[in-house]
Amino acid sequence: MAGGTSSSIMETFFQRNLEDLIKGLRLQLIGESAFISKALDEIRREVKSTDPHTKSNAIHKLSYLASLHFHDMSWAAFHVVEVMSSSRFAHKRIGYQAASLSFHDDTPVLLLITNQLRKDLTSTNEFEVSLALECLSRISTTDLARDLTPEIFTLLSTTKLFVRRKAIGVALRVFAKYPDAVRVCFKRLVENLESPDQQILSAVVGVFCELASNDPGSYLPLAPEFYRILIDSKNNWVLIKVLKIFAKLAPLEPRLAKRVVEPICEHMRRTGAKSLMFECVRTVVSSFSEYESAVKLAVVKIRELLVDDDPNLKYLGLRGLSIVTLKHSWAVLENKEVVIKSLSDADPNIKLESLRLVMAMVSESNVVEISRVLVNYSLKSDPEFCNEILGSILSTCSRNVYEIIVDFDWYVSLLGEMSRIPHCQKGDEIENQLIDIGMRVNDVRPELVQVARDLLIDPALLGNPFLHRILSAAAWVSGEYVEFSRNPFELMEALLQPRTSLLPPSIRAVYIHSAFKVLVFCLHSFILQKGHFTSSCPDNLVPGISALALKREMPESSDLITCEAPPTHGEQDEGFNPRVSNQSCEDLSVEHDGDRTISHGQTSMHDSSEKNSFTYESIVNLINVVELALDPLTGSHDVEVLERARNVLCFIELIKAELPECLVQKETSVDSEDVKAFKIIELMSDAFSEELGPVSVSAQERVPLPEGLILKENLDDLETICGEVQVPPSNLFSFGSPYGEEKGVFFSDLHSKEESEPSTEATSLLTEHRKRHGLYYLPSEKNEILANDYPPANDSKWKNNLNNDTEDLVKLTAQSLVSNKKPNHAKPRPVVVKLDDGDVGSISAKRPEAKDDLLSGAVREVLLGSDVIPTSQSNESNKSFGKRKGKEKLNMEPSTELKENLGDSEKPDLEKPRSRRSKHRTHGKDRRHKSPENINEEREENGLRGKQKSSHRHARHKARQRADALLTVVSQTPVIPDFLL
Amino acid sequence: MIHFVLLISRQGKVRLTKWYSPYTQKERTKVLRELSGVILTRGPKLCNFVEWRGYKVVYKRYASLYFCMCIDQEDNELEVLEIIHHYVEILDRYFGSVCELDLIFNFHKAYYILDELLIAGELQEPSKKTVARLISAQDQLVEAAKEQRSSISNIIAQATK
Repeated sequence: MAGGTSSSIMETFFQRNLEDLIKGLRLQLIGESAFISKALDEIRREVKSTDPHTKSNAIHKLSYLASLHFHDMSWAAFHVVEVMSSSRFAHKRIGYQAASLSFHDDTPVLLLITNQLRKDLTSTNEFEVSLALECLSRISTTDLARDLTPEIFTLLSTTKLFVRRKAIGVALRVFAKYPDAVRVCFKRLVENLESPDQQILSAVVGVFCELASNDPGSYLPLAPEFYRILIDSKNNWVLIKVLKIFAKLAPLEPRLAKRVVEPICEHMRRTGAKSLMFECVRTVVSSFSEYESAVKLAVVKIRELLVDDDPNLKYLGLRGLSIVTLKHSWAVLENKEVVIKSLSDADPNIKLESLRLVMAMVSESNVVEISRVLVNYSLKSDPEFCNEILGSILSTCSRNVYEIIVDFDWYVSLLGEMSRIPHCQKGDEIENQLIDIGMRVNDVRPELVQVARDLLIDPALLGNPFLHRILSAAAWVSGEYVEFSRNPFELMEALLQPRTSLLPPSIRAVYIHSAFKVLVFCLHSFILQKGHFTSSCPDNLVPGISALALKREMPESSDLITCEAPPTHGEQDEGFNPRVSNQSCEDLSVEHDGDRTISHGQTSMHDSSEKNSFTYESIVNLINVVELALDPLTGSHDVEVLERARNVLCFIELIKAELPECLVQKETSVDSEDVKAFKIIELMSDAFSEELGPVSVSAQERVPLPEGLILKENLDDLETICGEVQVPPSNLFSFGSPYGEEKGVFFSDLHSKEESEPSTEATSLLTEHRKRHGLYYLPSEKNEILANDYPPANDSKWKNNLNNDTEDLVKLTAQSLVSNKKPNHAKPRPVVVKLDDGDVGSISAKRPEAKDDLLSGAVREVLLGSDVIPTSQSNESNKSFGKRKGKEKLNMEPSTELKENLGDSEKPDLEKPRSRRSKHRTHGKDRRHKSPENINEEREENGLRGKQKSSHRHARHKARQRADALLTVVSQTPVIPDFLL
Repeated sequence: MIHFVLLISRQGKVRLTKWYSPYTQKERTKVLRELSGVILTRGPKLCNFVEWRGYKVVYKRYASLYFCMCIDQEDNELEVLEIIHHYVEILDRYFGSVCELDLIFNFHKAYYILDELLIAGELQEPSKKTVARLISAQDQLVEAAKEQRSSISNIIAQATK
């Protein structure tokens, strides 16, 4: 005993206190971490001491290290609790501080402090009470909040103002953790709103501001109190908070807005404090935007801020302006000069804000002008802001499927120009848009190909890795739409130029494949030009042709042959549905034969009008160039490049043998149709000219699962087989038949190649496209429905969806027909293919958090229960209300009953959402127009259904409405008192 | 509400951190690293607001110290600037022309003062005088205990216990 005591005395005398520790830390020679770990060792020893002073000192040092040097102190949690329970204020204070610094909701020792906190909360020493309150404000678990609610309740009306203020602040935390506390404490909290003490008022208004920001509807009944404060208070802190509350309440109750808008304007005019003035401005522009005169006044004040030298006020002015623009675009136009001038401000934040404003000014009429100004400006600005500008131009212009773009020719050339800006790092986005526009907008393709050509032909661009993605898009575009190219030979040279070796393999593969398309196009045009084709080839291909090949031709022909009647829905079905019977295919193919001849006539006419004619020499030359460029690539290590190069070379191999003779033969040949080369070329060009359109993201889901296909089959066996083959890694699908051996292939073999070749090409491009353009696809709306059971092929709903898609296409073709007839002098806005967007937005509406809902339910109950209990409230809620009241007095058990209730009500909800959704299609609409009245109605159905899904709430709500429609109608009126009377 | 309060020196040393929203230790270090990178590099004549992860950080530099407070998007920036100024004035009054060293050696006192000013991320005591009075009252309590503790008779009593 004596030994222990003396050692504790020694420790007391020679223990390092916090000051020593900090001094030592600043002067240490052994390195900070070494010093700290030594100090930590000391603390570990000292903290076990029986002497409270030593212990608290150790904890003090430890909390310093934890808070500023981020050393873990959770191991000392128990010691912290010991120090907290010390009877000395000095120690207690250290203990509490350590606790509020280091404890969190999962700290196990929290269970031990409930009694300590209770003791301190009821202490006669007001500073001890304040310590406990601070601690509780920092760490309150559900259990703590529940157990200490009575103490908080008492403190909310204590005469010691200093303690009461803190208790008010803590109430916020307690409510958040334990919503049932509202039933106990809320009334006292509201009473404090009438307190004459400004500090109390400030605290309580702060609490309501925070509460109202989560769920303003519940606090509407308190509006008269807030109104009084707004009129009477002279305290800026309080006024700012009250304004925030009104900004939340006003949109819910138009009568309220009418009453408060004038006092707010009065404050705005009179006050000298910028913070209050700005808060008034913000409140007016965000929540009172329909009051013209108030908004005008606010804009005047914003202007004052904008021209101020203080960068803070300028920034806030821009912020305010950007809120006004949502409703009143004139405000920005009035301040245009200031905004544009701010683009060159020294402060990046101000620049960014003004850029946002400038982009908000963009409309159909001025997009050209503004983009020009901004692109020029971006050339001069620093790389970061330059990309910021480019990014915002890209996102603004592509908003809502290029809503504001009228002149797409201009836009694609702008994209080309942007890619050449030295700092440009927006390659991905530009790439996406180039391809996307190519697919969606038919009319722009000639210009698009021109832009792509300009990009491809510039060897300097190949050296910039940021541009590679753009170049890949350019290559793809020029290959896909090569028929619009003015000079395919030039394009070919650009695609095969030596510097393409700088590209990554995946992009190089795109280049080679585009070269393939260009080559096929040239050959095909050449043959057509020679007039070899007297009739269409599908007739000749009949023996080997499959349904698939036929199908491929059909959409193609319907798209290319613009003079044809719009495609029927049936055709579109085929595009989606592999299960279509062969019969319908053949039927349709008959139809198409007639059209084919027309199409060829057109294409050849189109060809002859082109400037460059295809001569025999030029074709041979072209083939030689391709061979020369691609030959080295047959040894490439990248499987994709290798594959593509070989495809092209084998194709050349196949046609080369017969090419000279058929080229020489000219029109005299009768048997030209028998020449294999023609058929090959014809097939290839057919395959390539199929158009890839944008596809709905849920299109895949609409494809019914074929019988016998097990998607979830275990494919482990396959791995062992593949392991032996050792396929080189590649993310794209490629098929490995060696073409080198295919020289003298039979027709059927050949055909199979033709067939699969474009399909891999198409799928890989399609998947690539889908990966990049996920944004433009429909999110799978009715996912849960679709996941469970795929609709059968001929489901009517499914057809409806499809019809919408096809309708778009119909419109498109009809439109392009019109514009083809009229030369576009007036430049009407070209049609942009859009997919049926459905009502995605309304379904994915955010649901409020469960806790908040509980809380607001409780608040509603207290407010409406105590102030205005409508007599005609439905028996159901009245009953539960009574029950709750009874329980409240006991105040022991938490909301177990409540939880049970919820559990019950949630079960049926889970069971039949589908049926309900299909039956009550109106309830989405019901939800959308959530008028104030509706909210009031909701308010009346109190806390019971806090946790329920909102959809459920509406369904039940509806049911009840139907059941006792009379009751609700009556109850509506008493529930909405005129708050300000 | 205010989500956290940070005091960072110009060299990037942390002088005070107070978290009103739950952040894990890992997140705290990350926040500090990110914000000191953003704030310390900003020039002197720029505005005092930084947008950061959907929040706003209001900062102000006093001598070699940056006082930063993180608030919600719709909170009033100017009000928070005033709170910061308020805090600095109280510190100044308490320490008598406060400097960084005062805060280094009295880190706990800086916390106590902040606790009187803010609770649960809300301003609760706008009066400078009241805060000063409350803090000194609590200090007296502690001092009284200390004196009693360090008196010789007390030590002897403890040793012979």
